[in-house]
Amino acid sequence: MRESNDYIVDARNITKDFGDFRALDDVSLQVKQGEVVCILGPSGSGKSTLLRCLNHLERPNEGAVWIDNDLIGYKEENGVLRELSSAALAKQRTKLAMVFQRFNLFGHRTALENVTEGPVQVLGVSQAEAKRKALELLKRVGLSDKAKNYPNALSGGQQQRVAIARALSMEPTVMLFDEPTSALDPELVGEVLHVMKSLAQSGMTMVVVTHEIGFAREVADRIVFMDEGKVVLDDTVTEVLNSTNPRARDFLDAVL
Amino acid sequence: MTAEGLTAAVDTRSQVAAFERKKRPVIVQWATAVVAIAFLVFVVVGFIQGNINWSTVGQYLFSPAVFEGLLNTVWMTFLAMGIAIVVGTGMAIMRITPNAVLQRVSKFYIWFFRGIPQLLQLYLWYNLALIFPTLGIPGVLSVNTIDIMTPLLATALGLGLCQAAYVAEVVRAGIISVDQGQVEAAESIGMKYSQVLARVVLPQAMRVIIPPVGNYFISMVKLTSLASAIQFSEMLYNVQTIYFVNGQVMELLIVAAFWYLIVITVLTSVQGRIETYFSKGTVRTVTKKKPKNRHKTGA
Ligand SMILES: Nc1ncnc2c1ncn2[C@@H]1O[C@H](COP(=O)(O)OP(=O)(O)OP(=O)(O)O)[C@@H](O)[C@H]1O
Ligand SMILES: [Mg+2]
Repeated sequence: MRESNDYIVDARNITKDFGDFRALDDVSLQVKQGEVVCILGPSGSGKSTLLRCLNHLERPNEGAVWIDNDLIGYKEENGVLRELSSAALAKQRTKLAMVFQRFNLFGHRTALENVTEGPVQVLGVSQAEAKRKALELLKRVGLSDKAKNYPNALSGGQQQRVAIARALSMEPTVMLFDEPTSALDPELVGEVLHVMKSLAQSGMTMVVVTHEIGFAREVADRIVFMDEGKVVLDDTVTEVLNSTNPRARDFLDAVL
Repeated sequence: MTAEGLTAAVDTRSQVAAFERKKRPVIVQWATAVVAIAFLVFVVVGFIQGNINWSTVGQYLFSPAVFEGLLNTVWMTFLAMGIAIVVGTGMAIMRITPNAVLQRVSKFYIWFFRGIPQLLQLYLWYNLALIFPTLGIPGVLSVNTIDIMTPLLATALGLGLCQAAYVAEVVRAGIISVDQGQVEAAESIGMKYSQVLARVVLPQAMRVIIPPVGNYFISMVKLTSLASAIQFSEMLYNVQTIYFVNGQVMELLIVAAFWYLIVITVLTSVQGRIETYFSKGTVRTVTKKKPKNRHKTGA
């Protein structure tokens, strides 16, 4: 048995294979309450895969993930890990919220409905209460006037902010961001980063895959640098950005 | 050309540019219209002069037997399509689950029911008693097949289960058309598999599913006439029963054709409305001010 600890995210020795290809190789990641961790690394280094393993959208071949001391996807029983039912897994996922590169707002629902869907359908909150909170959240991301718009009548930046409001509506313990600004036009990046910064300042625990070094420098407590499915560096912002590790150096010099 | 000459030319051109405009004569269209009208007149005159007793048509148009047939046709259409949609959606969902056994069952179902002519399937159901004289749960419940396999049940099963195979393919295509990101977003907010399907995937698949299923509905109205072969008293069967007695074949067929066209006209307009409803979120919709020149997509 593993005793509980004070990591909100505790991923241990994750290995993930796609056929013959090893996308993640013995990766561990720990995040404490209120910490903001940015994950950097070249394309194909396994950043998305790691994030997806955290909420079990991808099932690791080896290793396990604890979120708030809850073992994700399995039950520990006499020295074996038994797979949980999809309903039980769904319940665990409410602690993690994810924001996607391509927003993935529900296309057939308005901005408001996107934000009330989770609370009403998953948490069992009443319509009226969910709506009240959703409007508050939309206000927080600066979109009070767009509540009735369908996603296709919103700009990319607005869609991503609705997606953040949707994620927040579940009152998650930790938020995962997978390159939330890389599908956006440059002039729209700022509005999304602004919302994320204010989230970080409010004490939200966040794991952010991003190419925005500026954002990392400003709000991250730690940077994890990945390459070829491995964690190469996991250190403070200054340490990583000034690292002399050749692989990290190559990447950083290219993006800085 | 001198500068003055150029100015003069420009002036004439401005006049030409302001000339009254005339559209090209649409001769082809007129010619087509003439041919079409001539053909129509030929057909109508044929019907009027032909050996058709129009008063008989009028007499039977609203007769109780025809009305009964009409009702049975309509409600059988809904019953069979209801079965087709429920079973077909079930088969489509089985087809996309990770369970290999369910996938095979679904594939087999589609292969089987799509492969046998519908009329033959009606006969099979109607004569089920020849294979299974009794139905039920062994030791608990047993009924004589011949008692329950009425023309109505045989028609509903025969037409519904066969159509389900087609519906299954359409629903599957609809489900596949929904972006995988929608599923992941739904799962990431903690939705269960059933919720993901019912609230996120299927509603968005509808846009793809509705038009072909609407067409199936319309075909089904006509397919029910096959059931006249197993004595189900839908419209064709009822008018046949009448003309076998009075010999007024053409008159009664016209009565039936008239009602089929009415039912199909109504269903077609309903189909249009349902399509508009499910296109929600795919046509650009802005709530407040009128958008500047936003063009509609789809619809
Ligand atoms: N479902 C999959 N099947 C097969 N290979 C996959 C799958 N998902 C990811 N991979 C592979 O795993 C590797 C890591 O992918 P991943 O998406 O995690 O990279 P990434 O670091 O997020 O890259 P990017 O910055 O481009 O988003 C890639 O080589 C990718 O091709
Ligand atoms: Mg990625």
